[in-house]
Amino acid sequence: MIWDDEFETLPREALRALQAKRLRDLVDRVYGAVPFYRRRLDEAGCRAGDVRSLGDLENLPFTTKDDLRETYPFGLFAVPMERVVRVHASSGTTGKPTVVGYTRRDIDIWAELMARTLACGGTTKGDVVHNAYGYGLFTGGLGAHYGAERIGATVIPISGGNTKRQIMLMQDFGSTILLCTPSYALNLAEVMAEEGVDPAGLRLKCGLFGAEPWSESMRGEIERKLKISALDIYGLSEVIGPGVASECIEEKSGLHIFEDHFIAEIIDPATGKALPFGETGELVFTTITKEAFPVIRYRTRDISRLNVSPCPCGRTHVRMDRISGRTDDMLIIRGVNVFPSQIESVLMAIEGVEPHYQLIVSREGSLDLLEVQVEVGEAIFSDEIKGLETLSRRIEHEIKDLLGVSSKVKLVEPKTIQRSEGKARRVIDNRKL
Amino acid sequence: MKVEQISIFLENKSGRLAEVTNVLSGAGVNIRALSLADTADFGILRLIVNQTDRAKQVLKETGFTVGKTEVVALEVPDRPGGLGGILKILHEAGINVEYMYAFVQRSGDNAIIIFRFDETDKAISVLTGAGVRVLRGEEVYAL
Repeated sequence: MIWDDEFETLPREALRALQAKRLRDLVDRVYGAVPFYRRRLDEAGCRAGDVRSLGDLENLPFTTKDDLRETYPFGLFAVPMERVVRVHASSGTTGKPTVVGYTRRDIDIWAELMARTLACGGTTKGDVVHNAYGYGLFTGGLGAHYGAERIGATVIPISGGNTKRQIMLMQDFGSTILLCTPSYALNLAEVMAEEGVDPAGLRLKCGLFGAEPWSESMRGEIERKLKISALDIYGLSEVIGPGVASECIEEKSGLHIFEDHFIAEIIDPATGKALPFGETGELVFTTITKEAFPVIRYRTRDISRLNVSPCPCGRTHVRMDRISGRTDDMLIIRGVNVFPSQIESVLMAIEGVEPHYQLIVSREGSLDLLEVQVEVGEAIFSDEIKGLETLSRRIEHEIKDLLGVSSKVKLVEPKTIQRSEGKARRVIDNRKL
Repeated sequence: MKVEQISIFLENKSGRLAEVTNVLSGAGVNIRALSLADTADFGILRLIVNQTDRAKQVLKETGFTVGKTEVVALEVPDRPGGLGGILKILHEAGINVEYMYAFVQRSGDNAIIIFRFDETDKAISVLTGAGVRVLRGEEVYAL
């Protein structure tokens, strides 16, 4: 179901014209109102009037997380504080949080975008929306809340925690739409199983899950265990919060970015060069309608890919792939950008290979060498040398096919690759650069 | 007519083979025959033991990757041309030998050789048809 028939299905030519006009307005606005942007634009040799088309976008300077920290708390706001009606802030694992602000109109647009997101999952005013995103400084709870109210659905503002009570209320109130992180959805499923609650007896039909990276196999698990359709949604507070992009329930293949409000680019994270559609790289956003906290070419550090092919759902907005990793993990091997998640996808596609691997990078003379260590479990073990060598060659071949980089697969004994709580250490870079 | 063999994945690191033998002796398992195939990075140790399931279990518990395969034990006349005669039979029947290794023990005047064939059942029927003695598992484990 499409919430905004006019803008979500705008022909791409008209969409690009709208983006160009709004981009021009944005640059004018921030040049006048934000000293930081004026200085950056001057340094880059861009004057407000210079931006005439979307092609000029790649001449504009990037904005980074560090820029946000340096201007803490309100240095990048583009309107006087009298016009700011709300602030949110990211948790910020190191040091100060990242603070973002909204005008009344920003809140209104955000509610529209979250209404679009919820409608992507089929939400109507007859639905009961169980909103387990956290309420507070985090954008998830209130962002989703306003979108559900905009649709006219019944919102249960349950926020996070107290899982048993959540399940009880889900049963008693007849919740139909679930909003939370994908890991919390799995937690709910586990607690239901422990409590003897059969998800088939609930009225839940769809969940919109975001705020952390997840995988296709996790989608399968959530759908099977909760007996619902699970959709991936994307957003970040620096851009607006949730409501930047959402999968449609019709296709579940890539997340439509709401391009009438955000211009998305994919860049090479090493060189900053803009890449054509279809290439994998870092996702960059420019907010073209926000008033209080607009960003120009904000580098998300999230790795994705853009797909402009038409979607059967009818939306014309470009689709981004589910986030496959972070640029912080990126390796450059012989000039090629390699993300551990790409190698993982090769390994996971081979039956029997377990998700325990490590990448060892070294340099011999002036040549980078990539060794991929893979544990040999029973499923792939063979009593014949040729069986194991065929497997190694196959993995090397598929990595070369996908990444264009030669590697050497080293088979290792089980449990020899270090396990870690939480984030696994996938890369050991022994190059002395 | 088949013999159970266990195979173990070993990284080419010092002490791995010793670890296997320690685990087996600790469990009271006796090795009857063995062969080690190796590449630059890893090796595959193949063993015939007196207690296959027990050996497999204790090695798995120690963290090794262990497989179980069926192989064939043949009595080969211990004289020039003894092995050649058997290989000729197999060649004529179009059966491939994946690998083979000799037993230390003898069976009377004959040597015992372990064979891994691409078509195990066909090999057994061809060989028995040609009068070659194929040893039963129990005979081999008890040698």
